[in-house]
Amino acid sequence: MAMIEIRNISKWYGDFQVLTDCTTQVEKGEVVVVCGPSGSGKSTLIKCVNALEPFQQGDVIVDGIAVANPRTNLPKLRSRVGMVFQHFELFPHFTITGNLTIAQTKVLGRPKEESIEKAMKLLDRVGLKAHAHKFPGQLSGGQQQRVAIARALCMDPICMLFDEPTSALDPEMINEVLDVMVELAKEGMTMMVVTHEMGFARKVAHRVIFMDQGKIVEDAAKEEFFGTPRSERAQLFLSKILHH
Amino acid sequence: MLGAFDFSVIQSSLPFVWQGFQYSLKLTLVAMSGGIVIGTLMALARLSSIGALSTAAAVYVNTMRSIPLVMVILWFFLVIPLITGKPIGAENSALITFTAFEAAYYSEIMRAGIQSVAKGQVAAGYALGMSYAQTMRLIVLPQAFRNMLPVLLTQTIILFQDTSLVYAIGAKDLLKAAEVTGKNYGRPVEMYVFAALIYFVICFSLSSLVKRLQTRIAIIR
Repeated sequence: MAMIEIRNISKWYGDFQVLTDCTTQVEKGEVVVVCGPSGSGKSTLIKCVNALEPFQQGDVIVDGIAVANPRTNLPKLRSRVGMVFQHFELFPHFTITGNLTIAQTKVLGRPKEESIEKAMKLLDRVGLKAHAHKFPGQLSGGQQQRVAIARALCMDPICMLFDEPTSALDPEMINEVLDVMVELAKEGMTMMVVTHEMGFARKVAHRVIFMDQGKIVEDAAKEEFFGTPRSERAQLFLSKILHH
Repeated sequence: MLGAFDFSVIQSSLPFVWQGFQYSLKLTLVAMSGGIVIGTLMALARLSSIGALSTAAAVYVNTMRSIPLVMVILWFFLVIPLITGKPIGAENSALITFTAFEAAYYSEIMRAGIQSVAKGQVAAGYALGMSYAQTMRLIVLPQAFRNMLPVLLTQTIILFQDTSLVYAIGAKDLLKAAEVTGKNYGRPVEMYVFAALIYFVICFSLSSLVKRLQTRIAIIR
């Protein structure tokens, strides 16, 4: 059974269809990169996985649990799925430690000391232990995004969703974030990553999904995708972002 | 000209005025804290996706904001005894009236505050497994409150001035105390000046505090 199964989902904003019959899956331990031009629905698709975006048709099944089922305990499911956002979304009124412990204590019910210990371990891992007492506003974009990754990891997630994690960063900060993600991928974390960073895809992705106008146009193993993309649209996209 | 005034009346009236002032202050603090709590709940109701809840809150807020305060004060004073079956006194009536009335204004402020918090913050709360209540309580409301602190304080200054309207139902507040002693000593002008001075000093210093807060919050943001 796949960790994440997306089955024929469609979504509309009023009359406008943003997703059309999308089907794919992410196996345990697999790293899947989702790419495509802006407005192609890739961010919407990844937000459907933990039901941050509702959808009108189809099913999303995470670890055997249907997210759209009204009887599903969504908060509980979401607490097991880590998510990293384009704009970090750290909580500005908490310190870095506070950001990393709040959900551990309030959602998982972990004792405070244990939460702090876990937070420190993960901050150390992303190289930011020295900043634990600071507020998010005092850190650079790259540092904030690494904190956001650490925050998600504090919950011991069964898989991680990344929604354009480097798109809002200055170029010189992109690598420090990607390095953390590469390490995570190498440790066997199940990851679904919306990104334009093709270098990252080449390095660690198992599969690449290419979306255009709300449809999954290409869903192929990495070698195949970069070697011989089948669709014309994907070929065009690759030629544009790889040659500059 | 000034020789016609006798400000020594102030000293003799102090204990009575002090009592009135304490009531004005109590009325302000009760209406502020009650108003902010109820107002925040109404703001959440108004922003909720449940249509009936949102409409009910909107009707309440718009009604309260469209009626002059002094009429609401009179109205509650007449209606509450009909509901409770016994008179509760002008002072208690005013406490309830002001809380209910100010809640409408605080609700609009908190609504703007909640909307000032980036939508991604809510998504981040949810993504970590927080419930709606946790996301609001831990993530959104603290930020909304901080962003709106100067406006909330400004509303409280207006509230403090508006408490003088309870003279309409004869509640013994600062203004009433000044008026009564002024009449008793035959020195109404001096006592009105004294009362005005107290209102001015308090409101002006609070306004200065608001200004300082505004610059501080601008820096934090």
